[in-house]
Amino acid sequence: MNPLLQARGLMRRFGGVVALDGLDLDVAANEILGLIGPNGSGKTTFFNVVTGIYGADAGTVTFGGADITRAPSRAVYKAGIARTFQRSRLSLPLSIFDNIMIGNHQHLNQGLWFNLMRRKAFKREFEENYAAARALVEVFEPAMADRLFEPVAGLPMIDRRRIEICRALISAPKLLLLDEPSAGMTHEETAELMDDILLVRERNKNLTIIIVEHEMGVIERITDRCVVLNFGRKIADGPYREVAADPQVQEAYLGVA
Amino acid sequence: MTDSNSKMPAGMAPGLIALGLATAYLVALLGAEKQAVIISLLVLGIGAVVGAAWLGLFDRVSRSFADHEDALGGSAIVAALALAAYFHEDHFVLLLVVTVLLTSVATLGLNVQFGYAGVLNFAGASFFGVGAYTSAVLNAYTSVPHLIVLPIGGVIAALIGSMLLLPVLRTRGHYAAVVTIAFALLFKTFLEVNDVLGGPQGMQVKGMNILGWSFNDNIEAGGITISFYMGYFLLSLALLIAAFVLVRRLERSWIGLNLDALRLDETAASCFGLDITRWKITAFLIGNFLIGIAGALFGMVGGFVGPNNYTFADSLILVSILLLGGIGNPWGLVVATFIVVVVPEKLQTIQEYRFLLYALMVIGVLLFRPEGLLPRPVRRYFPRWRP
Ligand SMILES: Nc1ncnc2c1ncn2[C@@H]1O[C@H](COP(=O)(O)OP(=O)(O)OP(=O)(O)O)[C@@H](O)[C@H]1O
Ligand SMILES: [Mg+2]
Repeated sequence: MNPLLQARGLMRRFGGVVALDGLDLDVAANEILGLIGPNGSGKTTFFNVVTGIYGADAGTVTFGGADITRAPSRAVYKAGIARTFQRSRLSLPLSIFDNIMIGNHQHLNQGLWFNLMRRKAFKREFEENYAAARALVEVFEPAMADRLFEPVAGLPMIDRRRIEICRALISAPKLLLLDEPSAGMTHEETAELMDDILLVRERNKNLTIIIVEHEMGVIERITDRCVVLNFGRKIADGPYREVAADPQVQEAYLGVA
Repeated sequence: MTDSNSKMPAGMAPGLIALGLATAYLVALLGAEKQAVIISLLVLGIGAVVGAAWLGLFDRVSRSFADHEDALGGSAIVAALALAAYFHEDHFVLLLVVTVLLTSVATLGLNVQFGYAGVLNFAGASFFGVGAYTSAVLNAYTSVPHLIVLPIGGVIAALIGSMLLLPVLRTRGHYAAVVTIAFALLFKTFLEVNDVLGGPQGMQVKGMNILGWSFNDNIEAGGITISFYMGYFLLSLALLIAAFVLVRRLERSWIGLNLDALRLDETAASCFGLDITRWKITAFLIGNFLIGIAGALFGMVGGFVGPNNYTFADSLILVSILLLGGIGNPWGLVVATFIVVVVPEKLQTIQEYRFLLYALMVIGVLLFRPEGLLPRPVRRYFPRWRP
């Protein structure tokens, strides 16, 4: 079967630093892939190149067979890839609802006339989207569902992470890229968040996920397969138990390399 | 606390009381002639505002406005009409009020550009001038109906603005701001050397004339004389209401959300499909359209346009109104425009120091109320809607 996402020979340098060094990576449809590796091994850079924030110096990325190597970010999103950011990038002065709706851009009617003059129709669209956002938030934190019009600024980190994930999920993407969703959270909070993510996927079996995570317990529990990066190269690929036992991987994590 | 506040609808009384007091105060201030009286009134006004802010009354007023905006907006219109009726003979006061109304329309335009899309425009007064010159030229050389001249002024201001900014809006950072500064500075020189536009002497602008009703004649009705500015007042008020409704609907739509999203984080916004350039240009066009229309009407009100009327300094005043009123809050902008336009006109003694006064006001607000006199509330697409 053709992979959903495929990277071939992907290169990205920052000055003298080679962040991605000829990376080959396949992601099958419907799988949950763990992308792991020590700090600075190129995980976030991979997400940034896929989503068009950085260009690639060489190599290709295809998604569902189409070449997206040079596609701008908004085309990548339209193709069905949504993401979260390692450092939370919510719009703090805006409400929870607004932040989630930013993620639903392609399903909202953006016509000037519709938005300004057809307020009845706009209200209907608003109500449908309110219901969808509320249903999604209820999966993650029912207590937040009644407060969708409060600004994000006052919320604790765990709620912000939840909102970021809702923002990525609301448009029903084919591929979800999660960049350290548990950063800044406790063990218990992390476990809860992962359960919620699995619940969403339970409802939508077509969702493919790539998750970057430093907490190996999480990786072991939720991923079907892991790819290990070191200095921008793939050094191992397989089920978590296998890669964890790989001497090369252990060496990379101990920093002996 | 915010929790209970957002669920319990506020009463209409705080809004109505504030509106009544503000109207009475304005009538007193606009009607006062002795400098001593004016100074006392201003001190009283400042004291009242500081005291009200201290007691947290502003928040109650703004919640009242948020929950009853149609009724209170209607009351504000009635108050404006009553004010104009009271001063129906007074050319000077009516002209001042017309200036406030049209300047408010222009700052609403700037608000769409800067407050929502984050695109700084330091040539607001120049684009206002583009509108005024449009009126001058069209009224002098063509027979285009004057009501049509107004939107043409808006379209021309929008076109010139987009020609200037299309090349730079694709880039990040504040190139757009720099380009508008350059335009504001060149605009004056361009007018001075352009003989078709009257050169340094400027041009006369023919007054508004709708189907034979000339706005520049006083109205005699049943023994009372009504200032010819009354027609301009009514038209300016209608324009402000339309601009106000437009800007508020814009804010409460997906487009308003787009503009906020790209202002706050361009990278995240483009990762969710937003076409940054398209929406920045849309905001700039809408803003300049409003500024241009206001300028076109103001040209007819004043009867004259010249290179010295619309300078860089005037553009800075428009920006300071935005900072003062509360970026993104249309109500705050109208209040701030009143303060900035009326105070120096009434207080002749400080005319020369008015820039100093603006600077002090802006610094004071930034220090003590960084979000402006009336901060922008969190967006409610339909304020009275409850899930
Ligand atoms: N914008 C940038 N400018 C310069 N160097 C960069 C930039 N982004 C990443 N790098 C460098 O590229 C390398 C890979 O960084 P990247 O952020 O992809 O690592 P990572 O695997 O996500 O690490 P972490 O686990 O710490 O998040 C690092 O050496 C980093 O310093
Ligand atoms: Mg990273």
